[in-house]
Amino acid sequence: MMHMEESTRPKEILRSGHAACPGCGVALGMRMVLRALGNRAVVVVVPSCVAVISGPFPHAAAGVPMFHSAFEIAAPTAAGISRALALQGQEDIPVLAFAGDGGTFDIGLQSLSGAADRNEDIIYVCMDNEGYMNTGIQVSSATPQFTWTGTTPAGNTRRKKQIMEIMAAHRIPYAATASIAFPEDLTRKVLKAKELSGTRFFHILSPCITGWRIGEDMAVKMTKLSVETKLFPLYEIEDGLKYTINYQPDDLPVDRYLEVQGRYRHLTPEQTAKIQTEVDRNWQDLMGRAARAHAQDSFIR
Amino acid sequence: MKKFITGNHAVAEAVRLCRTQFVAAYPITPQTPIYEKLSEWEADHTLGGSMMRTESEHSAMAACLSASLTGVRAFTATSSQGVALMHEMLHFASGCRAPVVMACVNRTLAVPWAFWSDQTDSLAQRDTGWMQIYCEDNQEAIDSVIQAFRIAEAVLLPCMVVLEAHFISHFMEPVDVPDQELVEKFLPPVNIPKRFDINNPGFVAPVVTQSQYRTFRHLSHQAMEYAVNAIEEVGREFEATFGRSYGLVEAEGVEGADLVVVTTATITSTARVTLARLRKKGLKLGLVKIRVFRPFPTKAIRTLLDDVSKIAVIERNLSLGREGIFCSELKSALVNSPGEHQVQGYLAGIGGTDVNPELIERIILDALDRKEATDGPIWMMEEG
Repeated sequence: MMHMEESTRPKEILRSGHAACPGCGVALGMRMVLRALGNRAVVVVVPSCVAVISGPFPHAAAGVPMFHSAFEIAAPTAAGISRALALQGQEDIPVLAFAGDGGTFDIGLQSLSGAADRNEDIIYVCMDNEGYMNTGIQVSSATPQFTWTGTTPAGNTRRKKQIMEIMAAHRIPYAATASIAFPEDLTRKVLKAKELSGTRFFHILSPCITGWRIGEDMAVKMTKLSVETKLFPLYEIEDGLKYTINYQPDDLPVDRYLEVQGRYRHLTPEQTAKIQTEVDRNWQDLMGRAARAHAQDSFIR
Repeated sequence: MKKFITGNHAVAEAVRLCRTQFVAAYPITPQTPIYEKLSEWEADHTLGGSMMRTESEHSAMAACLSASLTGVRAFTATSSQGVALMHEMLHFASGCRAPVVMACVNRTLAVPWAFWSDQTDSLAQRDTGWMQIYCEDNQEAIDSVIQAFRIAEAVLLPCMVVLEAHFISHFMEPVDVPDQELVEKFLPPVNIPKRFDINNPGFVAPVVTQSQYRTFRHLSHQAMEYAVNAIEEVGREFEATFGRSYGLVEAEGVEGADLVVVTTATITSTARVTLARLRKKGLKLGLVKIRVFRPFPTKAIRTLLDDVSKIAVIERNLSLGREGIFCSELKSALVNSPGEHQVQGYLAGIGGTDVNPELIERIILDALDRKEATDGPIWMMEEG
């Protein structure tokens, strides 16, 4: 393990004593993102688990200025702060917004699209725990097909919305997936995003202990399996077209990921096979995009 | 300098004169010319601020309030469906104590779809914690926007300047556009709290307990009470600087009147003409214009109307199932008054229909003749 001198040790921004459930994947992700971002930043949170984690009054879990804004406006709120800081000559202070999958894929999609269209100078981080977990466990458009939730007791009928493709379609400077099981990759990406300007988007799969029906020690393992089964590949998209796959998965069958989660306990072999087919199809598509970007890149050179 | 301009143009002039740093907006008829005029000035570098062309009014208010909390002077303008869509964010802006200024151009709310003047859109925002100023003409529109920044930044509550569709927004009038120097003397550079200080990090708008919630609400209500004085004080300073006076209410001929007519906004101008005509015929008539709706000027109204027995309220809005909203508010302001009052509500100009001097005369004659008031409103039609 790498040794870090006291003087060079990353400063923790998210303090211990925050209000997340034990073993929460969202809290781990927030901690890693904030540590990479550093203490010279302004952070927006919106109703979701990220707001709960940030602490009730008068507590504040993070050592940076934060604003608990409304559900569907993480992006324009961050953009308003970013514009105002620029007007005050402080454009070097990054403004980052944390939102959940409901606040990103569903109710906040319009305002996120507007901000991305204007290429507002913000970093937007979607902590995706695949459902409305803060209000219990209800289906969102980030919930995968066949998943049990409180509002899909017989299993979700819809497929998960491809948020990365939607963001890429805005041709924003940078979009990346990241995982709490791959902290070096996540940190590198946040540092890279920090050096860029314009709208930068992160999609971080963040296991919910209660919503996924998994043990308190399972969050990191789940995200590791999500990557190794190609269900949640690690990649980045520059300027909406240049796809780069950052990690070659182990090619494990999706069953390895599904079988340990209570929310998939009811799956039939046919449903598991369907999920495998969908994962394979998405992976092929991603590889195609990356290969095409690479080919174009060498052509330009 | 005198300019022959629309009310929308006048509002835009005020926004520029106030060195507004941040404008976020979305098009909606009949507000759009404000947005276009400010865009034009941004393009020729005379606006001096940053404009955000959002994808909705909801996002426009989200960006305005967060920019305001960061410490800059922020403005938006909207109408009708736009202010209705903003509703959630209006509560948010006042709860955060963000001194955003907004021009709301009164327009009918759908359904039925229409584009005409009707005050129900802004009055439906009554409980959002915004101050509301209703304008009678284009001059008052430009002056009220300039005042609104001073008031909002003193009280730390957002302020809505309300002008009626077409009658103000699109009608051209001679307007005295104040000198930049005078406006800068009246309205110094923005100096409001900067809530996102990296050297002193805090958490704005976290979750609170029941009693903490009550405390915050109490503080905001106290700010509204303080706003009553602030609006009058700013009005006096405005008069000293620009020579034009505006307060919470405006009154003429109330003392000894057999009937006092209560109006808001553009109906007031027409009422002035009608009253002057009828006074020549020997009728003793008073006029009270309610300019500020929130905070409601209860004390000023009590002072004027405590001893008045007959009151007629004429207004262009409706709370379905009750009556005109100003009439209800006026009745509640007088409920502890020692005097006996007969308050009759008249709905005139609903849907942007014409309110002409003849219609107001019919109202006055009806009110004078009336032995007792009806609890519900009387609907006035254009032709008798």
